[in-house]
Amino acid sequence: MAQTALTPSLPTAPDIDMGAVRRDMAIRRTGKVFYVFNAAVTYFFLWAPIVVLIVFSFNDSRSVARWEGFTLQWYQNIFANVTGGASRAATSGALDALGNSFIIGIISTLIATVLATALALALVRFRFPGKSFIDGLLYLPVVIPEIAQAVSLVLFFSVIFDFYNATLAASLGLPNANRGFGTIIVGHVVFNIAFVVVVIRARLADMNPRLEEAARDLGANEWQTFTRITLPLLMPAIVAGALLAFTLSLDDYLITAYLSGPGTNTLTVFVFGLMRRGISPEINAISTLMIVISIVLIGISMMLQGRNAAGGK
Amino acid sequence: MAAKAKNLDGAIDVELRHVIKEFDVPRKDNVRFRAVDDVSLQIRDGEFFALLGPSGCGKTTMLRMIAGFEMATSGEILIRGKAMQDVPPFHRPVNTVFQDYALFPHMSVLQNVMFGLEMEGVDKREAAKRAAEALEMVQLPVASDRKPRQLSGGQQQRVALARALVKRPQVLLLDEPLGALDLKLRKEMQIELANMQTELGITFVFVTHDQEEALTMADRIAVMSLGKVLQVGTPEEIYDAPNSRFVADFIGETVFLPGCLTRKDGMFGWVQFDGTTIETKAALSDTNIALNANVTLAVRPEKINLFAADGNVKFPDGSSDSAEVYKTGLRRDPDINIVEGYIKSANYIGTDTRYTVNVGGQHDVVVRVQNYGLRSDTSFTQGQRVNVFWDAETVRVLTQ
Repeated sequence: MAQTALTPSLPTAPDIDMGAVRRDMAIRRTGKVFYVFNAAVTYFFLWAPIVVLIVFSFNDSRSVARWEGFTLQWYQNIFANVTGGASRAATSGALDALGNSFIIGIISTLIATVLATALALALVRFRFPGKSFIDGLLYLPVVIPEIAQAVSLVLFFSVIFDFYNATLAASLGLPNANRGFGTIIVGHVVFNIAFVVVVIRARLADMNPRLEEAARDLGANEWQTFTRITLPLLMPAIVAGALLAFTLSLDDYLITAYLSGPGTNTLTVFVFGLMRRGISPEINAISTLMIVISIVLIGISMMLQGRNAAGGK
Repeated sequence: MAAKAKNLDGAIDVELRHVIKEFDVPRKDNVRFRAVDDVSLQIRDGEFFALLGPSGCGKTTMLRMIAGFEMATSGEILIRGKAMQDVPPFHRPVNTVFQDYALFPHMSVLQNVMFGLEMEGVDKREAAKRAAEALEMVQLPVASDRKPRQLSGGQQQRVALARALVKRPQVLLLDEPLGALDLKLRKEMQIELANMQTELGITFVFVTHDQEEALTMADRIAVMSLGKVLQVGTPEEIYDAPNSRFVADFIGETVFLPGCLTRKDGMFGWVQFDGTTIETKAALSDTNIALNANVTLAVRPEKINLFAADGNVKFPDGSSDSAEVYKTGLRRDPDINIVEGYIKSANYIGTDTRYTVNVGGQHDVVVRVQNYGLRSDTSFTQGQRVNVFWDAETVRVLTQ
């Protein structure tokens, strides 16, 4: 008894089931392998088609499936706006289509951005009954299927134009209204506003309301406060929103195609037309160009939005 | 502060007359929150005036109404006798230093300070010159082409001050401008701000929840609670003669003892502690308090003192006297109250020791005794019998 009192007993080691430990570690290892495999497959399906597209846009052959050397010919064809000739596929009008895309993109972006800025300011600043409902309505275009929106726009313009052509145009001898640049631009403005508002609103919500108060406190009236404080602080978001809108306009096919008239081929509509005759290297080249332009524009847009968040306050 | 030689009997600069401000409560149609509840105040020309109160007491709302960012629900706000109801902020002769400074992030320091002058139509070169002078006045030791975010909190604070002062406002409104600074810098800025105010002679209205800050800097303080102004007065008046339990509690440390008013004589009253036969004389906060009313005695721990009930009393000069002799001497002054008790606990905090003394078996008072000598000279032990004494003028009788 005296001995046990002098030598303190060691605490017993915890009872660990080493079999269970090994089993759990094996599960973890398997899980890790699966994660890596899953990511690899996902990225492969995301990017492999695009890589193939880009590679074959430099392929020195009409054949779509066999690599026969490097060429820039298809890009030259596009920029030469080649009509018929040696190449079977009519790259004719590619440059015209690109020009149309840019005209429509720039005009619709300008209109959408101005409207969206005003709308974002109103939605953030003012409280009115039914505000959340009005808010929800704004995002509807983001949610509803594009085809439905395209159809509704076609119908809308048909009704208005039919009425106008039958009444005003007929009686006053004015030219008939038809689908064309105007209708495409209106369509693009409609689906772009929501996106631009979202970007500008985020910035506005982040903005310290004391800044505008400080400006008014220092003697600036409402207009001076807007031009000297609010607008400069919103500018990164406005530019980011505009770049996003321009990209969406450039990339849109469905609404553009439905609202287009004679001579208003945009790049997407043009590519779609070519596709009916099968894939050609020119399509690869145009698509590659569009991918590059979109990535650059969206990249700048995201950079500006990121800087917003960083230096906002 | 010897430098202060203000004439504060001048004109009224800012006046609030029965000002009420109510806010809608979100999602509750019939409930309105009253942030400012019938406040009337007069702030004199050239005064450093502090609005002091806990957060949510309505002090910032009042400042924002003077600035013009909020409209009073009812009542009037006048600046130099002129009603301000329909005057927008940019036409009011006041400028604000915001709590978070609200410096324009896209402008340089100099552009920030120039902004107010440009809005007045001062030409660029003149504005730049005056802005540079203002920055010199606030002693900003950095290049004025820096952006605000490149400055420290203290430096941003100085820019905000320069930006407002360059406009030479009639009244400068400051919304907790020192709140974000660390303690040491805050102490420095308190003195600097007070000096600057004296030099410029501009009326300062200063919002703070820090009682020490208000006591240090202000000529007069308005203590607020739940949208109401409870007391307006100089720091000495507020501290030494609080008119309500809230004011006594919020500013400084106070021990409250419940009792009953048994006798009145002019400014003084006699209060019997609840549940005891102890009766002491104290200053009435209101001479209209009825006899036999339940009252509260407000006792400041540093204004009362104690000595051992048995043995000798030691004095700071090293001499000592018998406790009985000392007590008899004190009793000759009719304004001195002496109450017996015992030490319940002692709390040594360096400069002084705080003793909790139980008196009459039911009540505890806290006594702060300065440790002028070595600790053994002044210390009392737990359970020791002591006499607590105070001058009737230093203890206040408050209604509840």
